[in-house]
Amino acid sequence: MFENLTDRLNQALRRVRGQSHLTEKNIQEALREVRLAFLEADVHVGAVKEFIARVRERALGQEVLASLEPGQHAIKVVYEELTRMLGGDALLDPIPAGGLIVTMLCGLQGSGKTTACAKLALKMKNEGRRPLLVAADVYRPAAVEQLKVLGEKVDVPVFSQPQGARPEQIVERAMAFARAEGRDLLILDTAGRLHIDERMMDELVRIRKLASPQRIFLVIDSMVGQDAVRQAEHFNSRLDVSGVILSKLDGDARGGVALSVRHAIGKPIVFASVGEKPADFEAFHPDRMAGRILGMGDVLTLIEKAQAAVDREEALKMQQKLFDQSFTLDDWLSQMQQVKKMGGLSAILKLLPGLGGNLPTDKLPDEREMVRMEAIINSMTKRERSEPHIVQGSRRKRIAAGSGANVSDVDRVIKEFGEMKRMIKAMTAPARERLVKKLRTHDKKALAAMARKGKQQPTSKAMRKMGRMGGLPGFDPRALGQAPESPEAGGADMMEKLREMLKKKN
Amino acid sequence: MLFWKKKKDDEPEAASQPEVEAARPLEEPAPPRKGLLAKLRERLAQTHASLWDRAAALFRGGLKLDDESLEQLEEILLAADVGMMTTQHLVAGLRERARRFRDKDVPADWAMNTLKELILDELQHETSAPALAENPPTIVLVVGVNGVGKTTAIGKLAARYVREGMTVLLIAGDTFRAAAAEQLAIWAERAGCEIHSAQEGADPASVVYDGLAHARRLGAHMVIIDTAGRLHTKTHLMAELSKIRRVIERDSPGAPHETLLVQDASTGQTGLVQARVFTEATQVTGVVLTKLDGTAKGGVTIAIRRELGLPVKWMGVGEKLDDLELFDPEAFAAAIFNSP
Ligand SMILES: Nc1nc2c(ncn2[C@@H]2O[C@H](COP(=O)(O)OP(=O)(O)O)[C@@H](O)[C@H]2O)c(=O)[nH]1
Ligand SMILES: [Mg+2]
Repeated sequence: MFENLTDRLNQALRRVRGQSHLTEKNIQEALREVRLAFLEADVHVGAVKEFIARVRERALGQEVLASLEPGQHAIKVVYEELTRMLGGDALLDPIPAGGLIVTMLCGLQGSGKTTACAKLALKMKNEGRRPLLVAADVYRPAAVEQLKVLGEKVDVPVFSQPQGARPEQIVERAMAFARAEGRDLLILDTAGRLHIDERMMDELVRIRKLASPQRIFLVIDSMVGQDAVRQAEHFNSRLDVSGVILSKLDGDARGGVALSVRHAIGKPIVFASVGEKPADFEAFHPDRMAGRILGMGDVLTLIEKAQAAVDREEALKMQQKLFDQSFTLDDWLSQMQQVKKMGGLSAILKLLPGLGGNLPTDKLPDEREMVRMEAIINSMTKRERSEPHIVQGSRRKRIAAGSGANVSDVDRVIKEFGEMKRMIKAMTAPARERLVKKLRTHDKKALAAMARKGKQQPTSKAMRKMGRMGGLPGFDPRALGQAPESPEAGGADMMEKLREMLKKKN
Repeated sequence: MLFWKKKKDDEPEAASQPEVEAARPLEEPAPPRKGLLAKLRERLAQTHASLWDRAAALFRGGLKLDDESLEQLEEILLAADVGMMTTQHLVAGLRERARRFRDKDVPADWAMNTLKELILDELQHETSAPALAENPPTIVLVVGVNGVGKTTAIGKLAARYVREGMTVLLIAGDTFRAAAAEQLAIWAERAGCEIHSAQEGADPASVVYDGLAHARRLGAHMVIIDTAGRLHTKTHLMAELSKIRRVIERDSPGAPHETLLVQDASTGQTGLVQARVFTEATQVTGVVLTKLDGTAKGGVTIAIRRELGLPVKWMGVGEKLDDLELFDPEAFAAAIFNSP
C-alpha cells in the first residue's frame, strides 16, 4: 500500500532539498507534484487543496527554524501535515469505565463490516474483554451464517435470532443476553446500506437510539475513490460516528481514503484491516502511517508486534544464545514460529525503514518452505538439533524419511543453519557488549534509541539472505539494535533526522 | 488514541452459546418497478446535479480555457474517479476542439457536450453484447475483489437467463468465504435455477470441474461460475484463478465464453490495476459495474476501456433480482453530466 504515493512524494521533496531558502517559486513545482501524487492516489480533491494550502503557508511562514535546512523544514512540515491529514488531531471520546460497551459497525454493502466485526472481537478478546457478536444483518443472504462461522473461528459467541426478527429487536435481545451472560462488549454487525438510502439509514438511527452505542465505526473499503468522502459525510451526519475502520488495506490501495476521512468529517481512523487472517487487524496510528508513507518505516509498530508475539523472558534467553553462539536448530524453529505469529516475514519487513515498498516479495521464503523446514527439524533428535554437525549418513536418511523430504533438503537446512550462525556472529560481535547492557532495561525508549544508534547494521542483501533461510534469527524487540537499513533508501536515516528535528522543536 | 481502557478479568470464557437457530434473511418487500434506466438516471442525476451546478457556475457566460479553468474542469472529472491520465487526455481533447473559438470565450453548453462526446468516444458508443456459445452451454466465469457484488450479480444474471427460458446452473466456486455457498444457493432459489456446490474449504478448481460435469448431465444452456473475492495483489490467489480457468478450458474447448470482472462503482484508481491484473490471470472479456445506485460514478471504467479495451457489459443498480441492466454508454455519460 501507499508505494506509489511514497515514491511520488519523495520525488517532489527532492526538489526542495538543498535549497538555501524556500520561496514561493522553488516550492511551486514541488507542490504541483505533491498535488498530482495525491490525486493519483485517490485523495479527495478538497483534501488535497487543504493540504497544499497548509503546507505552502507553513513552509514559507514564520516558523522556519534556524536549526533546520530549508529542505528538512519542508520534510518536517509535510510529515506533520500528513499526520494531521490522517487524523492525528482527531481523537476518540473516552468511555466511562464499567458497564456494557456497545459498538456498532456500519457501512456500504461489501465494505467489509462482517469480517471487521470478527477481527475486532478477536482483538478485544485478546485484550481481556468478553465480547459478544450480534448478527443484525437480516437482509443479505447468508450474512448471519457468515458471522456465525467467523465467530466460531475467533472463538467469540454470536447472538442471532430466527428469521423474521427486526434488527432493532435483535439488538435489544442481544443487550439483555449480554448482561445476563456477563459479557462486557457488544459488537453489532449491521447490514450494508447505501448512505443515500434514507429508509435504511433511519433503521441505523433507531438502533442508535435504543442501544446508545459508545462507539459507532464506519467501515470503508480502502480501495474506494472519491466516493469515500460522500459516504463518510452521509453516515456521520445521520449517526455522528466515532471513527472509521479501513478495510482491505493490504490491497494496493493508494491511501486516498485514509487521507480524506479527516478532511471530510474530522474523525479519526481507528483500525485498519490488513489481511485475510483474523489477526490481521491493527490500531491505526496517524503519525506512524505518515512515517510509512514518507518511506521512513514504522519501527514502533514493529516493536509492538514483536512484544505481542514474543515472551520477554524467552526473548532474553534467545538473545543471550545469539551472543554466545549457543543458538540451536530448536531455537531456530521457535523463531520461525514467532515470525509466523507476527504475520509472516513479509509483514515484518514492510515495517522496516527503507525497505517499505521496494520489497521483492518473490525473494521471500514462502510459507510452504517454512513448513517443510519445520517438518525436517521436528524429525531430528534432541541431540541432532543442538549439534547439527552430527547429522550425516543414516541420520540424514532417517530424518528425510521422517519428514517426507529429500536428503538434499535435509542437507540444505543444515547448511543454511550453519551459514546463518556465521552471519549472526559477524553481525552481533561489535554490538554485543552494548546490547547486553541495554537489554536489561526493558524500556521502549531505550529500544527506539538503540534502533537509531545501532551502528553495526547488516546490509539489505544479508537481510534477504536470512529471509530466504526461513527466519529472522533472534528477532525480537531487543534485536532492533540492528534495524536493517537499505543503503539505497536511507530511510532509517531520515527517520532519525526527523526525530531530532521534532525534539529540537519542543 | 486508545480504543478503550481494558479491565483485566481473569474468569474463564463462559461456554454458553446464544441460541443458534438458523436465521433466514428477510425477503425485502419489492417496491413497484420502474424502468431501470429511468431509475438509474434519476439516481445518478440526484447526485450529479451538484457537479453540473459547479460546471454551470464555472462556465457562466462562457469560459476562457486558461490554466485555471482547465484545472477546475479537471477537478470535476477527477471527482468522478476518472483519474489523472484520462482526465488530462479528455481535457486536452477539449482544448483541441476549442481551437475554433480562437480567443473568444467558449460557450458552457458546448464545452460540456464536447466533454460528454469525448467520453462517449472512449466508450466507443456501442454496447458490447454478452457472448453466447454456439453450442450450449455458455460458460461464464465471474471474478473480482472482495465484496464488489459478484454473487449478487450472478443471481441477477441467472434470473435474467431463466426468464429467457434457459436452464441455468450456478457453480459455487467460492469455497473460501464463510457461508458463500449458502448465499449463492439463496440466489439460485430466487432465480429458479440449479446450483452445484461443495463444502467450505474444497479446492475450487475441482468444484468447477465437477460442476461442469453436472452441467452436462443437466443439459444446461448457461453455466455461471462464482469465485471467491480476492485482492489482485495476492499472487497465489491470482494463480488459483488461472488454474480454474485452465480447468474450464480443458473441459470445454472455447470456454469460458465470457469472463466478467465485477467492479464496484466506487472503486478508485486501483480499479485500473485490478482490471489489468485480473485480465492477465484470466483474460477478462468485460466488466460488470455494480452499485451505480449509490453516489459513485464509476469513472475509472473509462480508463479501463481506454487502456485495456475492456467494455462494461452490465450495470448493477440495486440489490433486487432485476436490478441489473445491459450497460448503456449514453445513459452512463449523460448521467455523469446530467444533461439529455
Ligand atoms: N446497492 C447495491 N448493492 C449491491 C449491488 N450489488 C451487490 N450489492 C451488495 O453488495 C454486497 C456484497 O455483494 P456480494 O454479491 O456478496 O459480493 P461478492 O463478495 O463480490 O460476491 C451485498 O450486500 C450485496 O447486496 C448493487 O448493484 N447495488
Ligand atoms: Mg461472493
